[in-house]
Amino acid sequence: MMNIFTWDVLSGVLRTMIALSTPFLFAALGETFSQLSGVVNLGVDGIMLLAGFFAFYAVFLTGNVWLGLLLAMLVGLVMGLMMSFVSVTLKAQQGISGIGLQMFGLGMSSLLFKVLVGTVTSVTGFRPVKIPLLGDIPFIGSILFNNNVLVYSAFLLVPLSWWVLEKTTLGLKIKAVGQNPAAADSVGINVNRIRYFSVCLGAVLAGVAGASLSISIANLFQDNLTSGQGFIAVALVYFGGWSPVGVLGGALLFSLANSAQLWLQVLGINVPASLAVMLPYVLTIVVLTVAVNRGKQPAALNKQFFRGEN
Amino acid sequence: MKVMIQHVEMKGIVKRFPGVLACDKVDFDLKAGEVHALLGENGAGKSTLMKILYGMYQIDDGSIVIDGTERHFHSPADALDAGIGMIHQHFMLVPTMTVAQNVALGQPSSRGFLLDLDVVSERICELSAEYGLKVNPNDLVGHLSVGEQQRVEIIKALYRGASIIILDEPTAVLTPQEVDDLFIILKKMVKEGHGLVFISHKLHEVTALCNRITVLRDGKMMGTRSAEGVERHDLIKMMVGRDLKTLQHRDYNPGPARLEVRGLHVTGDRGVESVRGIDLTVHSGEILGIAGVSGNGQLELAESLIGVRKVDSGSILLNGTDITNLKLNERIDQGVAIIPEERMLDGAINDFSVQENVFLHDHMEKSFRKGIFLDFKTMAAHARELVREFTVKTPTLDTPIKNLSGGNIQKLIMARELARKPSVLVAAQPTRGVDIGASEYIHQRLLMQRDSGTAILLSSEDLDELYELSDRIAVIYEGQIMGIFERKDTDIQTLGLLMAGIKPGDPPKPEKVIAACED
Repeated sequence: MMNIFTWDVLSGVLRTMIALSTPFLFAALGETFSQLSGVVNLGVDGIMLLAGFFAFYAVFLTGNVWLGLLLAMLVGLVMGLMMSFVSVTLKAQQGISGIGLQMFGLGMSSLLFKVLVGTVTSVTGFRPVKIPLLGDIPFIGSILFNNNVLVYSAFLLVPLSWWVLEKTTLGLKIKAVGQNPAAADSVGINVNRIRYFSVCLGAVLAGVAGASLSISIANLFQDNLTSGQGFIAVALVYFGGWSPVGVLGGALLFSLANSAQLWLQVLGINVPASLAVMLPYVLTIVVLTVAVNRGKQPAALNKQFFRGEN
Repeated sequence: MKVMIQHVEMKGIVKRFPGVLACDKVDFDLKAGEVHALLGENGAGKSTLMKILYGMYQIDDGSIVIDGTERHFHSPADALDAGIGMIHQHFMLVPTMTVAQNVALGQPSSRGFLLDLDVVSERICELSAEYGLKVNPNDLVGHLSVGEQQRVEIIKALYRGASIIILDEPTAVLTPQEVDDLFIILKKMVKEGHGLVFISHKLHEVTALCNRITVLRDGKMMGTRSAEGVERHDLIKMMVGRDLKTLQHRDYNPGPARLEVRGLHVTGDRGVESVRGIDLTVHSGEILGIAGVSGNGQLELAESLIGVRKVDSGSILLNGTDITNLKLNERIDQGVAIIPEERMLDGAINDFSVQENVFLHDHMEKSFRKGIFLDFKTMAAHARELVREFTVKTPTLDTPIKNLSGGNIQKLIMARELARKPSVLVAAQPTRGVDIGASEYIHQRLLMQRDSGTAILLSSEDLDELYELSDRIAVIYEGQIMGIFERKDTDIQTLGLLMAGIKPGDPPKPEKVIAACED
């Protein structure tokens, strides 16, 4: 058996981990906003797929990655509006409408891919940008400071989300609406507007997550490109206890598992591939069983708000 | 601060809900510097009238005039802007946030989109000091007692510049001590020029605090009286439409011991020992009252007696047999009946019908079964009989119980429990949130049950009620019994002091200090 514990392999695993955590971070941070306002959006995976396809298709046609990103965000916004309309305005069960959104995204992205593209083709996605000086630090530099702009943004989004949630009036309103919508309503906060905003923000970020898969990590599109990563992102919100920092920890842990299983395969170590692929999902179940602190769950999560009832 | 409102007039207010005339040409007025009580039974239209003033409901007819100008409030935000605040019966607070965050919520910040919690906290401390509210802006609301949460609501209203404040049944959830504290605060507010509306159905509170009293019944105005020199029974007559019956106390003639508690130790939800070595005996034909400020172990005591909370040590005997390790079900079968403290949580299933709620336990009885099937005909007859006997007001037996008033739900629970002819009844707060008419009925029933030989353990935070009903009273404080007295040997003052943990001759307790507000 070859020695897998070398600096090169370790650096490779960590580099892949950072890249792979991008979609988790975008999607899970977005979902954090959505859930803090009281809406579980299970459609994240579907948004990632459809947005991922559009991002890919735009780059496929024009080669312009920014256009791809913009399109992905737009797709996210539209699907976010769909989710909010159904679950906030029409007050449908969130779990059901989310699953519907996921199935729509999965089916639609496959359909469009077959009709418009047909075969798996690579595109040139976002290119790494080495940060001067920092990027030259041995070992760490290549892992942390030689990535593309989506990766940097994903990590910057962690403190930014924390800041919005903890230090702004908007963050306070979002959390109040998710904890006690009647109380928020009684002080003049428009509960539905805050929920629309949070769900749509989450969906736009899920769109970016999709783009980060199709035009930053894989640089291609195929059926069910996400293979359930959107659902893991939802689980990460629980795992992270509805805090951006917790989500970061979860995202890193899961991408480490993902990255490790990829490298196990790359290195040709004798583990059945399907077992290795299972690793992050098994980890999801184990971690969610052991680690979730329900005490931090927004009290009005998954509950529709009817005015005039306590 | 905004200009203080001097005079609010509501003239000829009419409000219709589908099938109900909630307010029928009601006149009401409030001046700065007075407390005006709105008195009436549940459903009399008190809250509706005030929700109209607070912009939550729109009027169908009539007018609201504030300092000479007619006003229309389309939402609570409008009313707040005009200087009218309301403190709801169910607090509108976010328990996972601090006091300062709750106060800041929905208010413009002095720093634009950035929170200014330090500025808010400072103002909270100012208001807190000015009105003696004793609120720490950094405390998590979920960790505060009910009384403290109420003070946070008052701060919220004051912070928003309310000069008129409506208090919807503010004492319903408070302990006697907290009520006293609240009244001190309210009197201070009145002195500062605020006008207060005090919604209540408790007469002694209304007469102790208010300047004027307006009584509503079935949406109609029954009249306004000055609180000075008003007769209690006049108010009751205006409220209920008849005189209350005086309770018939038969002589205290205790029989054999029915329920015996020996050296009971019980751990509460927070992992601390809540019942610390209690010995009690309740005899046949006796009501033993448990007096205590809520949270002193009475809940855990009741729960361990009925078998939903594990006993650490000690024993519980029913008619001489040890039932300490029996399950709830088995205890009911042995003759224990329960009126739980949280009637909507533990006493009934909200979405079940009246009839279904009657049979929550007894559906297993042979007489209500035909083999493995339920005998709905007999069940309906039994339920109808109970509804009739206990004068439960319900449209049909199939009505979901949540649509009934609190008093009627409580009567139904009582009917269900007493129909089993229990040898021991554990009644926790049986009249909390229940209107006068139903309370009166529940009191009579308890006494009847006592006379028929049941041993009743009654816990209540309403000391007047306990004193009125109990043959003996045990005062519980921090999980221990401070003393057991026959009613004729004690008085309310002694009991009140013992409830606060003060034995005769003890020095007064030091005040709690709010560290965050100190300079």
